[in-house]
Amino acid sequence: MKEIAIVQGFENNLDSRNRKGIIWHVLFQASTIVGIIALIALMLNVIDSAFGYVAYEARMDPDSLTVDGIPVEDQSKDQLVALLQSTLSSGAYNKLDNETLFVDRSREEVFQLVVERIIRPKIVQVWKFWPSLTRSDEIRATVTREYPKAELDFVSWLTYDFVTRPQTSEPLTAGVRTAVLGSLWTILFTILLAFPLGVGAAIYLEEYASENWFNRIIQTNINNLAGVPSIVYGILGLAIFVRALERFTSGKMFGIVNLTSENGRTVLSAGLTLGLLVLPIIIINAQEAIRAVPRSLRNASFGVGATKWQTVWSHMLPNALPGILTGTILAISRAIGETAPLVVVGASTAISFDPSSPFSKFTTLPIQIYQWTSRPQEEFRSLAAASILVLLVLLLSLNASAVLLRNRFSRRF
Amino acid sequence: MNKIVIENLSLQYTDGTESLRGINMDIREHAITALFGPAGGGKSTLLRCLNRLNDLTDVEEISGRILLDGENVLDPQTDIIALRRKVGMVFARPVVLPMSIYQNLTYGLELAGEKRRSVLYEAAERSLKLAALWDEVKDRLDDPAIALSGGQQQRLCLARSLALQPEIILLDEPTSGLDPISTGKVEAALQELKKDYTIILVPHSVQQAARTADYAAFFLQGELVEYGDGAELFTNPKEKRTEDYVTGRFG
Ligand SMILES: Nc1ncnc2c1ncn2[C@@H]1O[C@H](COP(=O)(O)OP(=O)(O)OP(=O)(O)O)[C@@H](O)[C@H]1O
Ligand SMILES: [Mg+2]
Repeated sequence: MKEIAIVQGFENNLDSRNRKGIIWHVLFQASTIVGIIALIALMLNVIDSAFGYVAYEARMDPDSLTVDGIPVEDQSKDQLVALLQSTLSSGAYNKLDNETLFVDRSREEVFQLVVERIIRPKIVQVWKFWPSLTRSDEIRATVTREYPKAELDFVSWLTYDFVTRPQTSEPLTAGVRTAVLGSLWTILFTILLAFPLGVGAAIYLEEYASENWFNRIIQTNINNLAGVPSIVYGILGLAIFVRALERFTSGKMFGIVNLTSENGRTVLSAGLTLGLLVLPIIIINAQEAIRAVPRSLRNASFGVGATKWQTVWSHMLPNALPGILTGTILAISRAIGETAPLVVVGASTAISFDPSSPFSKFTTLPIQIYQWTSRPQEEFRSLAAASILVLLVLLLSLNASAVLLRNRFSRRF
Repeated sequence: MNKIVIENLSLQYTDGTESLRGINMDIREHAITALFGPAGGGKSTLLRCLNRLNDLTDVEEISGRILLDGENVLDPQTDIIALRRKVGMVFARPVVLPMSIYQNLTYGLELAGEKRRSVLYEAAERSLKLAALWDEVKDRLDDPAIALSGGQQQRLCLARSLALQPEIILLDEPTSGLDPISTGKVEAALQELKKDYTIILVPHSVQQAARTADYAAFFLQGELVEYGDGAELFTNPKEKRTEDYVTGRFG
């Protein structure tokens, strides 16, 4: 009798425990769903601006450029060059010729110039993706009524050309190549600085540093540094890299005189600043990874007479590497999206030439996005949305390569 | 002949545990000395002192002397890398290095700078034979060591320390995870090995201690209660506490 009572009591208990479990399960699921909804909303918002109808008017009617019955789109390169020469001022024409000789330009490039310099289409109105889908008739009617000369096109702001064209002030011909290259250059120096320094510091703190108050203070400070607002790093970068180390970051030290970047506001300064910013993240994650290597493996290695360095190099690091790379992925993601510190360090607002060395002036994708979103015209908002998509793709591919790298290393037996 | 002389050894961990208290012990050459006793007695701690693996743990204070061939192991001047080559260690849970079987054996020698392939191969073969593992793995030396069974891994770890030609082998419960057959193989190997080596063993049971030990030491809460000839100590212990433990009336 008594035994049964105990068993029954136990079963009741089991019910309430199961209920509790279900409640928590639902809560966890709900938080995941909230997160996913937020992500979807973000993506929809971006996509909504990145595609849609655009109405534009030509400042000069292309029909008036027809020569001998051949419309401007079908004219030969020589005809187009002649057209440019006759229409543009001789100063503007010579400037173009100096940048790249017309002889060396392809017909496509020359035609682009004709469009940009002579026809000069001008956006009169843009619509977002959703209205473009649902109210296209209405949009068409508006355009014929209000802008009789305008042409209406459904465009994707994100195109191959958008990614490969340099920055310009014309929304229809603007691209993000300058900013993408700027971001890549910056990240390169960020990694070059932060990865070796971070991993080195982590190895020192975990393997060599003894437990004393001094090292404990260092450790606490590193943890706190990870939470310092990024603008503070910008101010630091401005003081150190742009001002104090100007001779180094502007390339003067190496005899490089770049008239466009006489000061230290260069790719190098930006990369190093972001490197400082992500250093604590890399250190903390690498320490975590090193600590997770089983002590027994260390003992086994010491047991066969390995020195500390040999143990670190052949056992600790290979085992900790996947974890270290995970931390690095986090760090890169953080760095590639940073805006504020770069504004302080002095990203350029308008540059149309690509960064070509560590000592180039630069802009980065987030800064480009920021500048475009702060313009009043709707079309720049669309450009910003397209750049956000480019940034996301860039981020994904950088992370994917880090993940591939990590998997390669963790497949060792 | 005494290989190791331990004089008044005491050790305290940073959390305040006094794991060894005034240990005095002479350890004989070419014999198996068993350290046994209940959990937390300080047996593993003592083993780790002998090859200075304790340097890596949270030791607060260590005092006394451990003389190995007349030289104090605990002296800060001691070259611990040389010491660890002289004093090999096998742990309770086998930890094979994430490499092939063959590389596990040659790793220690390679670390020390040995490059001649014939020397490496001979060392691997000799140590595998000593550890009674050769027949089982001779055709698969390049397989990952992690693919071996637990018992084989344990003998591989034994072989790995033998490959370095140590003088002393420390074994911390080397058969705790093994089936009786593998245990038998390891014990038989130890009986062979003691002709050339000095063996200090923490057995995983009193029975194993009684089976294998030439000399036995009973540890209780950091104290060396009784130490003497193995056969004598198990059949006719002098201390009441030893008798209780050996006959299973402990606690
Ligand atoms: N790294 C350490 N830090 C703090 N205390 C420790 C550490 N290692 C061991 N101790 C303590 O020292 C005492 C002796 O431990 P030790 O591992 O030497 O015992 P043992 O005799 O080997 O026990 P077992 O038979 O369970 O292996 C125990 O009280 C243990 O809690
Ligand atoms: Mg132990």
